[in-house]
Amino acid sequence: MSGEATKTLSNDVLWGGGRSPFSVSYGKMMMWFFLVSDALTFSALLVGYGFARHSLPPGAEWPMGESVFRALPFTHGDFPLMYVAFMTAVLIFSSVTMVLAVEAGHRMHKKGVIMWLFLTVIGGAIFVGSQVWEWGHFIHGSGGYITMNDGEKYWVHNETHDTEDPTNAPGFHLIKAEGSRYLAGHEEVEGAEAKALFTEAVSYTHGALAPWSSEGILENEYGPAQYANFFFFITGFHGFHVFSGVIINIIILIMVIKGVFHRRGHYEMVEKAGLYWHFVDLVWVFVFTFFYLV
Amino acid sequence: MERDDIIEYSLDAHHSEEQGRVMRRKIWYVTGFLALVTTFEVVLGAYWRNFLPPEMWQWVKWSFIVLTLVKATYIVMTFMHLGDERRNLRGLILLPYGLFICYLIFIAIWESNYVNRMLEMFQ
Repeated sequence: MSGEATKTLSNDVLWGGGRSPFSVSYGKMMMWFFLVSDALTFSALLVGYGFARHSLPPGAEWPMGESVFRALPFTHGDFPLMYVAFMTAVLIFSSVTMVLAVEAGHRMHKKGVIMWLFLTVIGGAIFVGSQVWEWGHFIHGSGGYITMNDGEKYWVHNETHDTEDPTNAPGFHLIKAEGSRYLAGHEEVEGAEAKALFTEAVSYTHGALAPWSSEGILENEYGPAQYANFFFFITGFHGFHVFSGVIINIIILIMVIKGVFHRRGHYEMVEKAGLYWHFVDLVWVFVFTFFYLV
Repeated sequence: MERDDIIEYSLDAHHSEEQGRVMRRKIWYVTGFLALVTTFEVVLGAYWRNFLPPEMWQWVKWSFIVLTLVKATYIVMTFMHLGDERRNLRGLILLPYGLFICYLIFIAIWESNYVNRMLEMFQ
């Protein structure tokens, strides 16, 4: 981009040195400073996750993303990481529409800004909605496991992911667990034998919250309860950023439609909101890698 | 003196049709690249056990981390236009953050190693 100013600014408007430091406007620089501090917050969360995982006692197993997140809405099949991949794609594409809105703003093309900004808002809303579904599914669980007297574990499986009354749900069967990977194991138990095992079980663990005990939750369906804590905190904090980003984008969109920026002569406010929006996307790239993939 | 944080002024706020065409081409190129990398990551993450032996996990993991850093670079430099800003602004943002994050990662690994060793010792 060329370095010339939009219009000659009077020295009163500029900083004491007669020019804006680093040749960016005040607002843009402050947005960058805010993003750096926000990036440190997210880094602290992800590094905290790494700390907890790296200091695990020997023998303890940590859940793997591809064995925890394997469901899609409206289906019952096995789709490891597909839903979160869809969410990632939505967020990256809403980032693309945002950068196209900024580009249209640089050409003072109001209609283009409105169209691309509108698509960005839609993308963000889809992402937040997807996260609601994912949280719901994570809390509810996929069936869970039972623990027997001798410490053996069996995965509980049925077609509707029923955890209230799993034995009477269609397709009920048990799979003898090997390690902590969901549904890993070959020995399947079906019919009356499975129902008998289920009634003999010492405990039934399903979802992120069950079972409650006086010490709180130590183990849930996925493994150590700490995993669920980090899931809720990290994706929750990120989801809150997306939510506020959608609100900010809606406000900016209304201002664009009312022609505020056109009268001002430049669309830099779209660019500043865009910086925040790209940052949210950037954080998700890291959350995706360090929480779901690694 | 009039306060410039209230006055909305802008530098580099306009470009021509021709520059816009070049930028849009670059944006779509980067989009395609990011989509490709993400698809690769998802397929590898979901199905690597089916075609790679378990001891390859270290390599898979490190390829995720490297690809993530590549993606992050493209997002920051192209989408956030940091690549188009002055060099001193780039340094102002990236250097302090980079220094701090390196320290944070170092200290977290160091300390969690210690915690891990203590748990092993007293278990």
